[in-house]
Amino acid sequence: MTDTTATGAPARRFRVSFQTLGPVLALIALIVLGASLNSNFLSYGNVTNVLARSAFIGIIAVGMTFVITGGGIDLSVGSMAAFVAGVMIMAMNALVPSLGVGVPLVLAGMAVAMLTGLAAGLLNGLLIAKAGIEAFIVTLGAMGIYRSLTTWLADGGTLSLDFDARSFYRPVYYDGLFGIAWPIIVFAVVAILGEIAMRKTPFGRHCASLGANEQVARYSAVKVDLVRMATYVLLGGLVGLATIMYVPRLGSASGSTGVLWELEAIAAVIIGGTVLKGGFGRVWGTVVGVLILSLIDNILNLASIVSPYLNGAIQGVIVILAVVLQRQGKSAD
Amino acid sequence: MTAILEARGITRSFGPIEVLHGVDFDLVPGEIHALIGENGAGKSTTMKILGGYLQPTKGELLLDGRPVTFPDQRAAEAEGILMIHQEFNLALQLTVEENLFLGREKRRGPFLDTRAMRAEAREWLARLDCHVDPRARVSDLSVPNRQMVEIARALGRNARVLIMDEPTAVLTGRETDVLLEQIARLKAQGAAILYTSHKLDEIARIADRVTVLRDGSHITTRSADGFTEHAMAEAMVGRELSDLFPDRPAPADDVVLEVENLTVPGHVRDASFKLRRGEVLGFAGLVGAGRTELMEGIVGLRSATGGVKVNGQPLRAGSVRAAREAGLVYLTEDRKEKGLLLGKSLTENLTLLALDRFGRLFIDKQAEDRALTKAFSEFDIRAGDRSMTAGSLSGGNQQKLLLAKTMLTEPQIVIIDEPTRGIDIGTKQQIYDFIAALAADGKSVIVVSSELPEVIGLSSRVVVMGRGHIAGELTGDQITEDAILRRAMGVGELTGASA
Repeated sequence: MTDTTATGAPARRFRVSFQTLGPVLALIALIVLGASLNSNFLSYGNVTNVLARSAFIGIIAVGMTFVITGGGIDLSVGSMAAFVAGVMIMAMNALVPSLGVGVPLVLAGMAVAMLTGLAAGLLNGLLIAKAGIEAFIVTLGAMGIYRSLTTWLADGGTLSLDFDARSFYRPVYYDGLFGIAWPIIVFAVVAILGEIAMRKTPFGRHCASLGANEQVARYSAVKVDLVRMATYVLLGGLVGLATIMYVPRLGSASGSTGVLWELEAIAAVIIGGTVLKGGFGRVWGTVVGVLILSLIDNILNLASIVSPYLNGAIQGVIVILAVVLQRQGKSAD
Repeated sequence: MTAILEARGITRSFGPIEVLHGVDFDLVPGEIHALIGENGAGKSTTMKILGGYLQPTKGELLLDGRPVTFPDQRAAEAEGILMIHQEFNLALQLTVEENLFLGREKRRGPFLDTRAMRAEAREWLARLDCHVDPRARVSDLSVPNRQMVEIARALGRNARVLIMDEPTAVLTGRETDVLLEQIARLKAQGAAILYTSHKLDEIARIADRVTVLRDGSHITTRSADGFTEHAMAEAMVGRELSDLFPDRPAPADDVVLEVENLTVPGHVRDASFKLRRGEVLGFAGLVGAGRTELMEGIVGLRSATGGVKVNGQPLRAGSVRAAREAGLVYLTEDRKEKGLLLGKSLTENLTLLALDRFGRLFIDKQAEDRALTKAFSEFDIRAGDRSMTAGSLSGGNQQKLLLAKTMLTEPQIVIIDEPTRGIDIGTKQQIYDFIAALAADGKSVIVVSSELPEVIGLSSRVVVMGRGHIAGELTGDQITEDAILRRAMGVGELTGASA
C-alpha cells in the first residue's frame, strides 16, 4: 500500500498507538481519581496493601498471559490455588512433629506447593497438548475437581495451619525488604522475568507463533506440543508461587479460597492488550491490567460514592470496554 | 454486441497512493475477456471495482449502458454480477448444499425446504460435472472441489457476469480442463466472463479478448487471436523476455537423500527414490497423487514408516527439527495457512524456523534486523516498510519471504512444493533462477509442481506419482508432458513412441 522503496531501520519505534497506551492511561486516570477522592489513597499503607493483594492474581496472570498468547485458556487456576494451599497446609501440619517449627518446615511447605502446582499444570498440559482435548474443557473439568477436592480435604470447613507455624510463616506476607512487602517483590520479579521471556526469548516467540497459527509453527519446526505444555506447566508453577505468598496471609484454606481468581486473571490479561484468541501477548500490559482491577476495588472501598458491591460490575464493564477499544485500534490500522 | 458491464477511466487510490490509473474495461455477453498482468498490476483492484467490493475514486461504471454505482457487493450481486474469489468464501463447517443456499435458503412455511434445496444443488453440481455429495461438509472437500462449489453457487444466482480470480491456481491439468469446459459452456449460455490467470496457456486457450495491465495502467486490449503467450508475457512485463528457465546444472554422483519404502498411511505406499548432490529432481502427478504427503512424510510432518537417509545417516522419524538439523527443509505449498504467520511482522516470520541461530537464551534483535536486510536484497523482497505484516505483502513477495525463511537454516536439501503458485511471471523467473543457482551451488532441490512446464523446465530428472505410489521416473529427453501424463494416469505402460 505504501511505495516500494524500503527505507532503513530508523524512525520505526515511535508509533505508540492508543491501543498500547490505553491501559496505561486508564491506570493513570484511576490513580488521579483515587488521590482526589481520598487523601489516604497514596499513603504508604494503602499502596502496600493494594500491591500486596494484587500480587496473587498478578503472579498467576503473568502465567496466564503465556497460556492465552499460545492460544489456550486455563479456567482452573482459582481452584488450583485453593487445592495447592490445602495440600501445603496439610503437609506442613503433618511435618511439624518431625521438622519442628522453623525454616526447614517453611521450605518444605514451599516445595510441596511448587510441586503440586507444577504437577497440576503438567496434568492440564498433557491432557491439552498430548491428548488433544480442548483447553476450555480440560480446565473447566479441572476447576470443578480441584474445588471439590479442597472442600473434601477440609471436610467442608477450613484447613488451618498449625498455630506456631503460622506465626513463623506470617512474615513472608507481611514483612519485606527495604519496606517493600515480599509479595510485591516476588510479583515484580515474576513480571520482569515474564516480560523478558515474552519479548526476548525463543520461548516467547514460539508461544506467539503457536497462538497465531499452529500449523505454521509446526511447519517451522517449533515443538508445538512441548511449547503448549510448557505454558500450562509455567502457569501451574506460578499458581504454586502465588499460593506460597497467600497462605501466610490468613494461614488457612477452604473451599472458598481463590474463588473467581481465574476470571480476574483472564480479565487482567485481556485488559492488558493480550489477544484472547492468541498470537500476541504483553506481560507488562497484564501487570497494568491487574493494577487497574485492584485499584477499582480499592477506590470503591475508600470512597463511598458507589457501593463496593458493584465492584464486579465495574470490572466487567472495563473488560468489555478494553476489548472494544482494542478492536477499534485494529481496524484503524 | 453491447457491453453488460463497462468501466470507463476508473482510477483508484488507497490513501495518497493511486494504484489504478484510468483503466477501461468492458464485458460482453457470450465472451470471455481475460485480464492479465503481474502481481500488483491492478488486476485485483479492477475486479473488485467491477464486483462492487471497492468503489472507484474516479471514472464510472456502466451497467447495460447506464451509469451505476455499487455501494457494496450485494448491490452488484443483485444485478447478477458475481465474483469468485481466490480465497474461498465458503463456510467450511457447513455442507455443500448449505453453502450453496447460504443467505437465500428455500423455505416451506417457517422451515427449511431441505429436499428442494438438495435437488437443486444436485442439479447445479451436475451441470458442472462435479461429483460431490451435496451433504458433504466443505471442510472435507479437496481444494478443486471447493472451487467447483464456489462456481456452482454463482450458477445458482443466475450470474450474468462472472468475475473469476485465478480459478485454476490450485487445480491440476485435468481439473483445469474440466473447469475450462464449464466456463466455455457458461459462455455459450450467454454469460459475460472476466477471467484472470497467471497461466498464459489457459488464456490463449479460452479467452476471446485480452486486456493487459501493467503498474496500474491499461496497456492494451486486443483480440486473443494471434496474441501468443510470449507476446502476452512481454506486454505484462514491459520488456523482452529471454528463456523463462535457466540452464540445468549437472548433478554430482553422490546421493544426499535416500528414501526407501516410505509409506504414509492413507496417502503413499512404498515410495523409494534417491536425490543426488546438485540435482533438481521434479515430482509430477495429479492432485491427490500423494506428492505433498510423501514430502511431508519425509521431513517428519506426517507419521510415516520406512527409511529416510540423509548423507547415509538415518533420519529420526516424525521430527521436523531433526530433519532441519540434518539440512533437510520443506517449503509448503500452502504459504498462507502453513508457511507464514500473516498477522506477524516480516522479521518474526523470517527467523521462526532458524530462531536458535539468533541466540539460545535471548533473541538477538539486531541480528534479526540484519537478516531481514539481507533477505530483502538477496531475494528481492519488495515491502513497503520493514514493520509491515507478512499478510500485507503481495503473493510473490510472500513466496520470496518463505524462501528466505527456509534458506536461513542453510539447508543442503530443499523440497519446494508448488514454488510458483499464484505468482506472476516476473517473480516466477526469479524463483526459477534461484532454484537453479541453489543446485549450481551444490545444494539439492526437489520441486513438486502441478505445472508441467515448470517441472520439465527445471528438473534434470522427474519422478511421476500416481495414486499414492511412484509410477515412473524420467530423465533427459524422456521428460515430456506426454510421458509424464501417461505415467501419472497409469495408461500406456512404456509403449515408447506412442503408437
